[in-house]
Amino acid sequence: MSWLEYTVFIATVLALVHPLGSYLARVCERRRTFLDPLLLPVESALYRLLGVRGEQEMSAVTYAVCFLSFGAGCALLLFLVLMLQRILPGGPADTYLTTPMTVDLAANTAVSFTTTTTWQAYAGESTLRYLSQVLGLVAQNFLAGAGGLAVGFGFIRGFARQSAATIGNFWVDLVRSLLWVLLPLGLIGSLALIWQGVPLNMSPYTLAHTLEGRTQVIAQGPVAALEFIKNLGTNGGGFFNANGAHPYANPTPLTNFMGMLAICALPAALMITLGQLTQRVRVGWTLLSVMVVLFIGGLAVCDRAERAPPPELADLHLVGGNMEGKEVRFGIGESMLTTVVTSNTSTGSYNAQHDSYQPLGVLVPLTFLLLGEVVFGGLGTGVYSIVMLALMAAFLGALMIGRTPEYLGKKVTAAETRWIALYVLTPPMVVLVLTAIAVLTQAGRAAVSLNTGPRGFTEILFAYASCMANNGLVLSGLDANNVFYNTTTIVAMVAGRYGLAVLALLAAGLFAGQRRVAPSSGTMPADTPTFGLLLIGTILLFAAVSFLPALAMGPIVELLQR
Amino acid sequence: MLVLSLVTGAVFPLVLFAIGVFLFPYQASGSLTLLREAVVGSSLIGQDFTGPEWFQPRPSAAGKGYDGTASGASNLAPTNPALKEGASGFVGIRELAAQYRRRNGLAADTPIPIDAVTRSGSGLDPDISPANAFLQVARVSKVRKLEEDRLRQLVAEHVVQPQLGFLGEPRVPVLELNLALVRLQAAAASQTAR
Repeated sequence: MSWLEYTVFIATVLALVHPLGSYLARVCERRRTFLDPLLLPVESALYRLLGVRGEQEMSAVTYAVCFLSFGAGCALLLFLVLMLQRILPGGPADTYLTTPMTVDLAANTAVSFTTTTTWQAYAGESTLRYLSQVLGLVAQNFLAGAGGLAVGFGFIRGFARQSAATIGNFWVDLVRSLLWVLLPLGLIGSLALIWQGVPLNMSPYTLAHTLEGRTQVIAQGPVAALEFIKNLGTNGGGFFNANGAHPYANPTPLTNFMGMLAICALPAALMITLGQLTQRVRVGWTLLSVMVVLFIGGLAVCDRAERAPPPELADLHLVGGNMEGKEVRFGIGESMLTTVVTSNTSTGSYNAQHDSYQPLGVLVPLTFLLLGEVVFGGLGTGVYSIVMLALMAAFLGALMIGRTPEYLGKKVTAAETRWIALYVLTPPMVVLVLTAIAVLTQAGRAAVSLNTGPRGFTEILFAYASCMANNGLVLSGLDANNVFYNTTTIVAMVAGRYGLAVLALLAAGLFAGQRRVAPSSGTMPADTPTFGLLLIGTILLFAAVSFLPALAMGPIVELLQR
Repeated sequence: MLVLSLVTGAVFPLVLFAIGVFLFPYQASGSLTLLREAVVGSSLIGQDFTGPEWFQPRPSAAGKGYDGTASGASNLAPTNPALKEGASGFVGIRELAAQYRRRNGLAADTPIPIDAVTRSGSGLDPDISPANAFLQVARVSKVRKLEEDRLRQLVAEHVVQPQLGFLGEPRVPVLELNLALVRLQAAAASQTAR
């Protein structure tokens, strides 16, 4: 049964990439779309309000500076909303807000939601007021998602343009991403969620008198406003503590399926956008094939790991897969699909608790986090996640045959290679150093008390890998709401979002300045199965070289200890 | 920034409110289930049933169990001995399985569906597997003095099949099943009275 669902899912994503990819190309190039009559007046009104000169083009450096200052501004705004939430009206009674909004928690949350990480060191229903969720978090889910898509557009232009000094205008890309993509899709998707049962109200928590004569208090809120855009913008942070496992956030298998589609469809479609705008559609399809192969591989391993009950429970005569931390309506199938989708796409909207997974079931999402979100990836940011590694693959391939490396018609010279190498080296430096600091300090180790031994180490590694990948998935056994983790994860989130984006944009700026060269006999074609295999090899090799020792101390040793 | 924040954080939710609450008022207010005009729970949110006369939900790690304001899971790894053997304030799976067998009059080696002894991801799972529900029929039937066959039929009627035929797993919503049980008992009582 699950494989039917997996197949339908992959087929649906692949069926959507061409229409969506072409549409995104039109949005990126400011060509005509069917929404123009409605949106063009809004667009120009917004530019007037914001003081944006739409026709003004930016160099890669200016573009990156705008992206950085936008992120910083958003983070500051969200920080203020969170710190001032005491004075916001409405929402749950104070007695339910048991987690204090400390300065470090507010700073962590502000950075987390403005970098699409949405790492949550708090539980929504016991920390936040409704208006902080809506004015603060919903807004940032849109803005951070649109910021990512804008950077993706800017990066693509680096390859689409020739002898150009500019890669577009960040503010235009941002506004168009919001108006043409996220707001309309977000509205339709959110309505579908309400139809399926996701609440949207500002009521106080409901007091119910159960059939057995006891009482139950049920948390409410404007849940539907957040739950679709969190997936569409590849953010992932949930309204409630249990995120996508909570039946109000994700009431039916259909809402889960829609959420997974919302996560994957746009990042996958951007491969087609990239192909179309560089006039090399087959290269886009090659990248997509690489993604699908890795996706299916991860799904197969995860499914197999969780489908069996844990061997530790063998003498208890239990029937079924590893259901600890999983919901009956999703079963193993939809939980695994969600694990593989969310760990790959900078979207931590889990619907099952990964800390109760089998060691192999944890190894798969952790590996995907460490691969750098190359399968579909975050909205917009996923374009450079895979292309930067494809450039590395082209470089390695060209070294083997002694030619100048080329990709998408651009030469990869020493200048570009500098940014690419830094890009590839940044994640291991950040993740491994932070993990080492956590393991070596009392404050870092104190957070690991529920699960100890190798699983405890995995919890720490997973946390920094997740924040570096701007993902937000968590092994929740880690006690993360304290000054140590609230500050150190900020370092990883900032490096993962801004560090990588700036390096990618700088490389894109250099590529934009080049002429596009016609393929010659010395060109290694980038649209063949051979190149696809080379790329898969490169991705796995880089991850293995950087992270295999760390993985060996975590899930691998846990697996061998059984 | 402020302008865009207001567009996405205020205008968007307001538009969504206007349309969503108009089209789907029941869902928007939390799918609350009423019995004789009093709220007995939400059809989406699991709640605890401990008495032997009820179909019982899965164990829960939300607060002290099915706390609707504290969703959460055990977060224990399968390799952590506490998950099976328990720890202070935490009942392990071995004990949960023994309790389940004792309560439902099952032999020590009767296979039981794993959802009956594991805690869900949210702690608020409203469903149990059909196999779990059927195993509880004999007990409920004995306590309520209702025919086993009639109860088995009731459970079968309440099995929710995978959506569109392939999405998710078959499941039985516990609160709805228990409400149906109340109605069935009332109908049976009025029949005997006549």
